[in-house]
Amino acid sequence: MARRYEVRLAGTGGQGAILAGILLADAAIRDGKNVVQTQSYGPEARGGASRAEVVISDGDIHYPKVLQSDIILCMSQEACDRYGGQIREGGLLILDQDHVSRAPTTRAVRAPLTSLARQATGREIVANVVGLGMLTALTGIVSREAMEAAVRDRAPKGTADLNLKALAVGFAEGERIRREAR
Amino acid sequence: MTTKQPFNKVKTPRESRVHERYLRHSKKFPNVWCAGCGIGIVMGSIIRAIDDLQLDKNDIAMISGIGCTGRMPVYVDFNTMHTTHGRALAFATGLKMVRPEMKIIVVMGDGDALAIGGNHFIHAARRNIGLTTIVVNNTTYGMTGGQYSPTTPTDAIASTAPYGHIEQPFPIAELAAVSGAAFVARSTVYHVRELEKYIAQAIEKEGFTVVEAVSYCHTTLGRINRWGTAPDMMRRLKEQSVTRRQADGMSEEEKQGLIVRGVFVDRAVPEYTQLYDHIIERAEAEVA
Amino acid sequence: MTTEPSARLMQGDAACAEGAIAAGCYFFAGYPITPATEIAEVLARRLPQVGGRFIQMEDEIASIAAVIGAAVGGAKAMTATSGPGLSLMQENIGYAAMTEIPCVIVDVQRLGPSTGRPTSPSQGDVMAARWGAHGDHPIIALCPSSVRETFDLTVQAFNFAELYRTPVILLLDEVIGHMRERVTLPSPEEIELVERPSTTVPPEWYKPYENFPADVPPLMPFGTGYRYHITGLHHDERGYPTNRSDEVQPWLDRIFRKIERSLSEILLYDADGIENAETLIIAYGATARSARYAVEKARKRGREVGFLALKTLWPFPEEVVEHAAARLHRVVVPEMNMGQIALEVERVIGRHKVRRVNRADGEMIQPAQILAAIEEWA
Repeated sequence: MARRYEVRLAGTGGQGAILAGILLADAAIRDGKNVVQTQSYGPEARGGASRAEVVISDGDIHYPKVLQSDIILCMSQEACDRYGGQIREGGLLILDQDHVSRAPTTRAVRAPLTSLARQATGREIVANVVGLGMLTALTGIVSREAMEAAVRDRAPKGTADLNLKALAVGFAEGERIRREAR
Repeated sequence: MTTKQPFNKVKTPRESRVHERYLRHSKKFPNVWCAGCGIGIVMGSIIRAIDDLQLDKNDIAMISGIGCTGRMPVYVDFNTMHTTHGRALAFATGLKMVRPEMKIIVVMGDGDALAIGGNHFIHAARRNIGLTTIVVNNTTYGMTGGQYSPTTPTDAIASTAPYGHIEQPFPIAELAAVSGAAFVARSTVYHVRELEKYIAQAIEKEGFTVVEAVSYCHTTLGRINRWGTAPDMMRRLKEQSVTRRQADGMSEEEKQGLIVRGVFVDRAVPEYTQLYDHIIERAEAEVA
Repeated sequence: MTTEPSARLMQGDAACAEGAIAAGCYFFAGYPITPATEIAEVLARRLPQVGGRFIQMEDEIASIAAVIGAAVGGAKAMTATSGPGLSLMQENIGYAAMTEIPCVIVDVQRLGPSTGRPTSPSQGDVMAARWGAHGDHPIIALCPSSVRETFDLTVQAFNFAELYRTPVILLLDEVIGHMRERVTLPSPEEIELVERPSTTVPPEWYKPYENFPADVPPLMPFGTGYRYHITGLHHDERGYPTNRSDEVQPWLDRIFRKIERSLSEILLYDADGIENAETLIIAYGATARSARYAVEKARKRGREVGFLALKTLWPFPEEVVEHAAARLHRVVVPEMNMGQIALEVERVIGRHKVRRVNRADGEMIQPAQILAAIEEWA
């Protein structure tokens, strides 16, 4: 069986966890990978817990959901409380510290995704894409070019530039954290 | 013994000519309706209206639901469909969407159209989809034996209202009018020529059109309430109905219990399948 | 894995809609319901682009009625819903079976009964698809387990509906419907399409329910010069109501026969590793993916596990299951319900051979649950 990379993106309804999952899955296809994206959310369009799961592999993907995450991005405290502890040994937990204060591990990577989004674009709504940029820079699970192309094609109409700016901020933040860790 | 005249020399009255032309030869008659029932009169009015309009039988569909009126399509030589209870308008909507050039006539009783099918009735009217709806209003469920329907008069006795009916009846024509129909008229099976005229107008008109034909049931509700025989029912329709003009001069109290006949609505509203053609144009342009 | 230019990320519901377009679907009527709404949304945009027609009706009863009406007008027609809507549609699905009008009903299954959990998956409608409409009637139900298979089986559903003049139910589940997956769709020339049987006999000879040698009499659309009668009452060959027992039973025999004689075309499944198997797993829909994962894990551990993934659930592939399980004493049937296809498997091969794995809490069956069932017996 080829190696599966399992990513979970979680937040509150309206934060764009599912869109982030779609963008990541789309980028994986552009890199020639196999991918499955699933989601779980409540019946309401806003509020309530919302999560996207993305499984990336070079081979067939049978079971489509996450078994044990390699990467988790948490954009709310509730999401972190629920999923933060379910990470694989050596996996990566990214937290939006604007929304998450308590974490199950000291090894989580924290960044003010919402503030970064606001400072760079004036819009907090693109915090999810800042997170994707960070995740890409920190893991290399998809290429930067594929991620950019996915955002350009799949961002809601008229918001491509805004989202690309957010993605660039995320890349830079990820690079900074990597350098510091070294 | 007289020699038979050649067939083409026989002068046939209009009725037999129309019947010959529009009733199915392959279908076994007599029909299911009780002697004296008005549904046959409505069927006659429909085929005479179609004959007047000189429509091609291949272009006409008659669709019904369940009940005494629901049995009408089987006798007429059109494209006919006897569907499920209350849903005739929904079936007809699908047919109209893919065959917009067809003239589709939907025949229903009051229970079919307004109880189980009430939601479809108001929504078909709201959409103004090109269907001609004939509601034969006998104010009861005839086929099942005289239970109260959405048009049963208050205080009447029904087999399911043995102590008297405590609900108010739906005014069918008025309901169709406020729901958005393009043409709405009401007549009775006693006023045959008037009924025929309204049906012809309804078929010709583009959009959702409704003709309510009042026709009491002497076998069930009439018997239970001792309203008399079939001729008594006819007399009732004659004596207890007024034209819209006559009604205009009457007080609400005077109008109580009377059937008001006439055209209630005749307006130009865009028909649904024609509007949808514009949607197709827009969508095709978007792709190109 | 190489990058194919045509590979793309697509949702199961969208693949269903695109499959319908590819199959020549001309009409869709539906009512919003989670998790099937996306099918309607895609078709509202796509159908008019190809000259087709979409309508949102006032409820699910009206939706299936409009679909049957459109099919009578000659259109390939479809509706899509979830469990609560399927319950509402049942009377008219029976009408389509009775009147032999081709149509496709998509049910993206969610957790029931009643309103249940609208955004959670389930396979609880398997028996409702078979026996939901009252009275004896045959039905075809297909069940995909991937986005690509959703596209393929939607095309197949239309083909079966037209070929056999029958309603076909396509059973998706919330996982398959909402899942996005890398998919490469076939080009139009790779897709085999079927048109409904037609005739050139003069209209006065035409009998829409004729006891035809092939058991599927031609169906002529309304408005083409063939005037005839359609009714939900039992009817004779011309379509007129009948009370004659000697007309009712032959008709019923024929509508069952028209499906049974074509089982080799209708029964779709994937079988793998059956010959040497000690344990057989039978699964379908999203659960087939959990099962496939478990099968590969078990084989790595040295277990001889056979796998039968069913794509056709109805008619139930009795002989296929019988044959696959003939030498075996252990058959595991995982389902996201309290045991529905397991009832059929038990009927065919006997209750003592079957180990059920059930879950009806709105979560997928995990590979570990199936593995445990395999190990328990090993």
